[in-house]
Amino acid sequence: MNDVDMNAGGSPAATSKSAAAIDRARAQGRAALIGYLPAGYPSVEDTIAAGIALAENGADLIEIGIPYSDPVMDGQVIQAATTEALAKGFHVRQVFDVVRGITSKTDAAVLVMTYWNPVVRMGVDEFSRELAAAGGAGLITPDLIPDEASEWMAASDKYGLDRVFLVAPSSSPERMKRTVEASRGFVYAVSIMGVTGARTSVSSAAKDVVAAAHAAGADRVCVGLGVSNAAQVREIAAYADGVIVGTALVAAIGDGGVDAVASLTKDLSTGLTREEA
Amino acid sequence: MDVRLMVDAPATGSEESGVDAFLKGGESLRHAPGPYFGSYGGRWMPESLIAALDELEDTFEKAKADPDFTAQIAELNKNYSGRPSLLTEAKRFAEHAGGVRIFLKREDLNHTGSHKINNVLGQALLAKRMGKTRVIAETGAGQHGVASATAAALLGLECVVYMGAEDCRRQALNVARMELLGATVIPVTNGSQTLKDAINEALRDWVANVGNTHYLLGTAAGAHPFPAMVRYFHEVIGDEARSQILDQTGRLPDAVCACIGGGSNAIGIFHGFLDDPSVRIYGFEAGGDGVDTGRHAATITLGKPGVLHGARSYLMQDDDGQTVESHSISAGLDYPGVGPEHSYLADIGRVSYEPITDSEAMDAFRLLCRTEGIIPAIESAHALAGAIKVGQRLAAETESAGGAAADKIVIVNLSGRGDKDVATAAEWFDLLDKDSPEHEIAKEGEQL
Repeated sequence: MNDVDMNAGGSPAATSKSAAAIDRARAQGRAALIGYLPAGYPSVEDTIAAGIALAENGADLIEIGIPYSDPVMDGQVIQAATTEALAKGFHVRQVFDVVRGITSKTDAAVLVMTYWNPVVRMGVDEFSRELAAAGGAGLITPDLIPDEASEWMAASDKYGLDRVFLVAPSSSPERMKRTVEASRGFVYAVSIMGVTGARTSVSSAAKDVVAAAHAAGADRVCVGLGVSNAAQVREIAAYADGVIVGTALVAAIGDGGVDAVASLTKDLSTGLTREEA
Repeated sequence: MDVRLMVDAPATGSEESGVDAFLKGGESLRHAPGPYFGSYGGRWMPESLIAALDELEDTFEKAKADPDFTAQIAELNKNYSGRPSLLTEAKRFAEHAGGVRIFLKREDLNHTGSHKINNVLGQALLAKRMGKTRVIAETGAGQHGVASATAAALLGLECVVYMGAEDCRRQALNVARMELLGATVIPVTNGSQTLKDAINEALRDWVANVGNTHYLLGTAAGAHPFPAMVRYFHEVIGDEARSQILDQTGRLPDAVCACIGGGSNAIGIFHGFLDDPSVRIYGFEAGGDGVDTGRHAATITLGKPGVLHGARSYLMQDDDGQTVESHSISAGLDYPGVGPEHSYLADIGRVSYEPITDSEAMDAFRLLCRTEGIIPAIESAHALAGAIKVGQRLAAETESAGGAAADKIVIVNLSGRGDKDVATAAEWFDLLDKDSPEHEIAKEGEQL
């Protein structure tokens, strides 16, 4: 593992799979598309197939969620999906099978999104080692703030993993700066004060959060929560480095399986190109 | 860039040094400020809520130092809640506890029937200070929901209570109580539909409405500043009990007992005695059907450290870190987590935590009814059952050393009254006509 300037402003790309994926999109004059799927819904095999479909139809990064008993940041659609996955017997270690299944077939950067307790239970170091071995890019941690992340900071450095922390419309300038400095790969900007779920419009707060994160030194800021269609992707791609879509994809795989994920991804990706001003 | 910040209590070595320092008289265990209690506590929360937690902490710290605020609390405690609550000697009950003297701290006599009122009045006043117009709360059987609705009515705040859908059905009268007090009750149908899911749903509401809403958490758990703040509002229990026992007996007790769910009544009474090395302190968890059955809520006894609802603490969880469902006849103890300060006090050995089964608790419930004319909450009956064991042990120890059991003193926190539990108890003791509608309701209540 290189020890070059790992933490400054979410850089550098040299050691970060997520940053490299975002930079490839940037080189093509567009924002990156990040798609979320919960592992094990409706089955582990389907998640792998859908992840490959995401990558083949325009997603640059893939976010695989670990189903958890107490998902406080998730709305009804994702809750229902993860509850079903757990009821069908999903085990945390299967997330590494999903990551390996996708990274072995595609060039997409694959991150795991997880509430923190499953990582604590396995052990932060062991979880990180397994994730790196499966080809994973890093973790998105919705209920872990940098203040509590000393173990994860050490493990992510040791195994060369990205650590994607969240910033919100409510984040103070001090917290914004601290979180940006602690992040690697990209910073996840929460578009609204709320939980996951499709919304008819993306709050104007999103643009302000992205601007604040950029001003705090972040090189790559991606926007999530509430984005469900190409028009919203286009709106956000105008100012953010990446656009994160979750609930709409979960609904798609639930309703129409892998094919529906492929066609929705293709449609979403049409919104990525920035129109010349 | 070192992001390990804001840690004011290093975790390293605290398991040994905490109690050692305490025993040498060098370090007080009282008024622990958080965010950390040894390696427990902290803020394992979404970033979206950190600003609200900061605002709450700031408001709370300023309020504590403001004589107007403390006077307001004192006035409400006295003229609204009915404090100080009594300390009643339970002489006939004590005959079953080895013959030691037992005193009951009568939180059951507070307005709304339990200790919960102490915390909700304090937090509702803080909500007003922050300019928030709406409070939300979680509730299991309804005690904290009723208390929150009460405080909101008194102070003119909008109140929304999240309650598991099953609990709503079983506790229809408490739902009606909250609605009479002007609150809106929202049944929670996702997850396991229990108290922990009600907390999840309240957190989701809070994230979306944090601008005008305060989350009035009902126990000494959750993210900082909740554990230290909820304890602060309940410290009055221990302060009163300590001065009352000194008045009535001229000395400190030999033991203090309380029941533990999240642990708010317990931390309140324990706090008065934490720095008295001669006082043994016991917390009694819900042992449900028995700790070897898997159907219990003995979080400290059998759980492992983890993070849930904002704090690192002992937690009932499986090998994957998924929260495991708890079981207890007492809805108020039926929670798979526990406040972080209790986890610390357990690790350093200052407080002993032991499980009490449903059946032991119900025996103690009936015993108190019949020996003292007091119907306790089933939660509090766990503390009573524990006190019987502690009393018998103390008596045996004392008598083998040539002393008299009657010289030993045990205080039990009677955290609530049992009116809400009459249907459950009637079913447990088979007092209902099998054809009565109460029988059907109680049968369901018993499964809580």
